[in-house]
Amino acid sequence: MSETNKDFKPTDWHSDEMNARIKRRYRKEKTFKAFGLGAVVVAALFLVMLIGKIASDGFFGFFQTSIELDIPFEQSVLGNPREMSPEAFQEQVKRANMLRLIDAAMKEHFPEITNRRERRDLIRMVSTGARGQLRDMILANPTLVGTTKRVSLLASDDIDQLHKGKIDKNEPEANRKVKDKELGWYNKLEEEGRVTLHFHSTFLTHGDSRDPEMAGIWGATVGSALTLVVTLLIAFPIGVLAAIYLEEFAPKNRLTDLIEININNLAAVPSIVFGLLGLAVFLGVMHLPRSAPLVGGLTLALMTLPTIIIASRASIKAVPPSIRDAARGLGASPMQVVFHHVVPLAMPGILTGTIIGMAQALGETAPLLMIGMVAFIVDIPGSVTDAATALPVQIFLWADSPERAFVEKTSAAILVLLTFLIAMNGLAIWLRQKFERHW
Amino acid sequence: MKKLAVAAALISAATFSTTDVEAQSRDQIRIVGSSTVFPFATAVAEEFGRTTDFKTPIVESTGSGGGLKLFCSGIGTNHPDITNASRRIKKTEVELCAKNGVTDIVEVKIGFDGIVLAAAKDAAPMELSLRDLYLALAAKIPAPGTEGGEGNMIDNPNKTWNQVNANLPNKPIVVLGPPPTSGTRDAFNELAIEGGCKTFSGMKAIKKSNKSAYKALCRGIREDGAYTEAGENDNLIVQKLQTNSEAVGIFGFSFLDQNGDVIQAFPVSKKEGAASQAPTFEAIADGSYPISRSLYFYVKKAHVDVVPGIREYLAEFTSDKAAGDFGYLADRGLIPLPDEDRAKYEEDARNLTNLTLD
Repeated sequence: MSETNKDFKPTDWHSDEMNARIKRRYRKEKTFKAFGLGAVVVAALFLVMLIGKIASDGFFGFFQTSIELDIPFEQSVLGNPREMSPEAFQEQVKRANMLRLIDAAMKEHFPEITNRRERRDLIRMVSTGARGQLRDMILANPTLVGTTKRVSLLASDDIDQLHKGKIDKNEPEANRKVKDKELGWYNKLEEEGRVTLHFHSTFLTHGDSRDPEMAGIWGATVGSALTLVVTLLIAFPIGVLAAIYLEEFAPKNRLTDLIEININNLAAVPSIVFGLLGLAVFLGVMHLPRSAPLVGGLTLALMTLPTIIIASRASIKAVPPSIRDAARGLGASPMQVVFHHVVPLAMPGILTGTIIGMAQALGETAPLLMIGMVAFIVDIPGSVTDAATALPVQIFLWADSPERAFVEKTSAAILVLLTFLIAMNGLAIWLRQKFERHW
Repeated sequence: MKKLAVAAALISAATFSTTDVEAQSRDQIRIVGSSTVFPFATAVAEEFGRTTDFKTPIVESTGSGGGLKLFCSGIGTNHPDITNASRRIKKTEVELCAKNGVTDIVEVKIGFDGIVLAAAKDAAPMELSLRDLYLALAAKIPAPGTEGGEGNMIDNPNKTWNQVNANLPNKPIVVLGPPPTSGTRDAFNELAIEGGCKTFSGMKAIKKSNKSAYKALCRGIREDGAYTEAGENDNLIVQKLQTNSEAVGIFGFSFLDQNGDVIQAFPVSKKEGAASQAPTFEAIADGSYPISRSLYFYVKKAHVDVVPGIREYLAEFTSDKAAGDFGYLADRGLIPLPDEDRAKYEEDARNLTNLTLD
């Protein structure tokens, strides 16, 4: 270095050497930028592909094929509502074999088919759920009895898949789920404009079913909601109180250090472990009912607690000490400092952490597996002790079902779950934007 | 402060509401057990809920072993009423049940399930014998030219199908199948691998002298990558087969039934040289397809008439409408029992006949 000092020359910015060096620097920056942009593009591409695939698969899950048939509401099957008491009529309708009505309509339509076997196959083009549809229709409007009306009935899952183009008509018959005979019937109905595709509200309002055309997401949605309410009621107060105590009141010593390390470790424990804990404690020791959202909520609360505590502590720490000093200077007690000044200012951060923790809990299946919430449950749960399942569990169960039509139901359910997750994260962002303070 | 009080009240409310739950009796049937029986049990449960005034039973998919463990854990509303199984209950499980007070058990056989070997539509078709399957998938096989037996076993060296049997194509052995926790795997090991193993005379000799060594040798699946555990999700195996035409998948018949347009099943023969049989509905029903097993469910007699609806559920499951030749379970891929067998189990279910293991 001493030599350069002796014959010091100012840097010649226009020398070839310097030009090359500057060029290299710019090139490096450019490559780095390109790589960075590339990383973002790749990530975005994956996301678009994933969502695009799910959306294109799931889109049809919200739609359902129906077959319109002229159903004769025969008195011989249903009884005469004018001659019997309403109760007796209801009883008779409940017990009546609705398949007879569908069979009669089909006979009208396909008079050439007399073989019993084939007539049964013909009826199978309509979903088993059609029986319930007809029953509800008659109970709601008894004057239908004795008339013939054009009714839109749910098609069976195979016909539905055929109509949506998911079953290839050109495939040899042996390999096709819908045989040539049925294909012929379908084509005839189709030509007459009796096969329609429409929005399927049952999917959003019903519980699970083994028939894809009857399966709905509402039971799982209610189950998830009940579970999350329990989780929130347990995890939020405990988490926030623990964070406030640790941050504002607890003495700094080995014990609190140990607790802090343990909380951080717990946040990284695989969720299945919490499921085992829930199984042992809530079902084994406390004998709470299996499959109940109460148990699911308690288990997920254990899992969410560390997330809430860590987020809350961080946002309490971020409140500037000057606020505390000023409050104390004006004579506030430590309690008043915390609850009048620190907690309100930390609240946006606490809420954000809580909502993100809840979103995590919403997407969890592993802990629920252990406590019996991975189950086939048709009834919509009414309270936290009723058996219930949750949205991600429902997706898991449908993904495992052999019927092909469940593929689109699975994707549609994923779309519903994603909608809830995006809504929750949106809420977190909105809360932060609205209440955040800058110092 | 107000917030704090509210929070405290909520916590105590939540804890109090939990205490009286246990005392409630149950008005809904609880079923656990095999994931293979799950699609059938749920279909019956739903139909039962729709056509009767009882609540729809809750069906959990826990696997055959897990289900029996829960089932045998005791009597009372906290324990399940019925467990499904894709194999018969074991003696040890009956003993466990008895230890916990579950002494009276009703056994109902509901039908058969075939385990199929399938590949993508464009894969080269193969006809396999049980012996081929054993030589391709077992961990240890008899050294070439020997009939097996003590001292003659070597680690499975076969990498391609034509090393197993010269008539098979020259393609690597890539098999996707269920993990050891699955009842399907148990049945495959017992029926296919052991079935092939038994065709070697040396192995029969081991069976006589050392039963546990025989079991280990004749049911052990290789772990060198030729057999990949693909999880319990059979749909996943079907999807993987479509993307890899060299892979062969092992799964239940109902998945073949639903996906016949994208995958093909390989015919299997019991013995080398015997006619091979494709896994069709009829062949599994009459037993000519060699890899098929029976499906069962078990009912806790002590719970009948305590939990409402169990008798009616049994009647529904064993009825001709459900489990018969043209019942709705057959539509879902269950292979029904012969009529006289079904009648026997329908009778057993009505009389709640006790299980006897011979």
